[in-house]
Amino acid sequence: MTATRTRARFRDLVAAEWIKLWSLRSTYGVLAAGALICIGITANSARSNVVLIARSASPLQRLGIDPMIAAFMQEAFQILGIVAGSVGAITIFGEYTSGLIRTTFTAVPARRSVVLAKVIVMTAVMTAFGALVSATSFSVTQAIYHQEHIGLSITAPGAFRAVAASALLAPVCALVGMALGAMIRHAAGTIVAAVGVLVLAPALFQGETYRWVKEIGNAMVYSAWAALVKNPAHQVLTVPGRPSPGGPTEKYPVTITEAWTVFAAWAIAAAVIAVTTVDRREV
Amino acid sequence: MIEARGLSKRYGDKVAVDDLSFTVRPGLVTGFLGPNGAGKSTTLRMVLGLTEPTSGTATIDGRRFRELPRGLRHVGALLDAGDVHGGRSARAHLWALARSNGLPRRRVDEVLEEVGLAGAADRRIGGFSLGMKQRLGIATALLGDPPVLLFDEPINGLDPEGVLWARGLFRRLAAEGRTLFVSSHLMSEMQHTADQLVVIGRGKLIAAEPLAEFAARSTKQQVTVRTPDATALAALLTAEGATVTEHGDGGCTVTGLSAARIGQLAFDHRILLHEVTTQTASLEEAFMELTADSVEYLAGGQR
Repeated sequence: MTATRTRARFRDLVAAEWIKLWSLRSTYGVLAAGALICIGITANSARSNVVLIARSASPLQRLGIDPMIAAFMQEAFQILGIVAGSVGAITIFGEYTSGLIRTTFTAVPARRSVVLAKVIVMTAVMTAFGALVSATSFSVTQAIYHQEHIGLSITAPGAFRAVAASALLAPVCALVGMALGAMIRHAAGTIVAAVGVLVLAPALFQGETYRWVKEIGNAMVYSAWAALVKNPAHQVLTVPGRPSPGGPTEKYPVTITEAWTVFAAWAIAAAVIAVTTVDRREV
Repeated sequence: MIEARGLSKRYGDKVAVDDLSFTVRPGLVTGFLGPNGAGKSTTLRMVLGLTEPTSGTATIDGRRFRELPRGLRHVGALLDAGDVHGGRSARAHLWALARSNGLPRRRVDEVLEEVGLAGAADRRIGGFSLGMKQRLGIATALLGDPPVLLFDEPINGLDPEGVLWARGLFRRLAAEGRTLFVSSHLMSEMQHTADQLVVIGRGKLIAAEPLAEFAARSTKQQVTVRTPDATALAALLTAEGATVTEHGDGGCTVTGLSAARIGQLAFDHRILLHEVTTQTASLEEAFMELTADSVEYLAGGQR
């Protein structure tokens, strides 16, 4: 009964957060639904392109299709990002809205360690989840394209980078969700903010008239991701009399280095915000 | 040992806790009493470092709670039975908490058994009654086998059997030499459990003393009398300066006269008495008298 000097091991906190994450049925449901929707969209896109090629009389149709686009459809991976962001946000605001946070901090007064443990568990789980979805999406779509002999292998230029970037998109979005959850501490507000920051903000800063507008856009998670999943080997085909499918050349594009930097910066900033915000606020 | 020194908490203009100093000693159950809104919960939250005091300090065994890396082995607390996630089972909830403090898994089964929730361990907490959630909260507090325990209104929602069980548990934990600090807004509850009292009203300390001393503070002396001739007796006693409240069943409550004097008067006037009982001023009344000026939310205006 006498208070023995507690062995304060950080890995105990990580283990506790792992138990907390997987003891909620919603975790399994949300992740499974997110993965199925994402892979469903990309597989369907590849399937309809294969049908298009099969029906077309022109051999140019086959060459006009970039097989990388279907594997990493923006819409599909936006949904994945929202799912990852929501799961990350729930681990923080779920504690506040339920009141569990008071029980948690009574058991572990070292608040920063608690949030850091959450960050580590969430990063690890989401990296595995993102890798699973990204690799499955790539292999399924390319297997479908293989019927028309345009499927890419993972060794194709830019293919591994695209798979890796899409895998890492999940933990980056989850961390952003955690930071927003810590700041807003309210379910609906956090999800709306996550959609705004992840999906709407990049769309707002797409103008190329002013360089600074485009540069802000370039600093967004999804702009970086789009640069990383671009197929460097695909030739934009110009059919005479028609505008090229790729549109006019993009001004001020995101370089690959910049894109990776954007990923890292968002992840680190979000983790720091989550840890410091929770530590400072009263519960 | 819990020590509060000059503890104060202000929310804007509102003073929730005002310069509170008290000591809670080991081996005793100390009741923490005050009307609703007196600042009991705010005080307990400051002791646990969940709320930062505006001024003053609160320490547990000489240390501020937030300085401890892990809490469960030092302090067990039940602040609000609702401070759980409804989606987890009782077992998962306790296991995550135990794991965070490096406690072995068997502690989870032990505390579930102790509070009588072993049969409901794998059910979602969301489906628990308030009484079951209180038991789970008590189980959480016991997880780390701590020397100091804090309970905020632990009896709420418990059935009569649960109330008896909780009282017995608190007494036993104190007898083991632990420090127990149990809040309630019901004096009657403390009457059966506490050795020592800390009474607050509107955030200020009203009393910090043994229960018996607190009870003796009441100025009212009451005698319950039972007689087949209540009307005659009432008239007689009223004439002697007493206040008599008739209950209608031959019983009445008399204030202002001692039991001996009432017996003498009845004997002189040949009135048969079935019962004459001196009511030791109840704690409830002592509490009401002392906190009358400091009730925050009074129903029905002036009383």
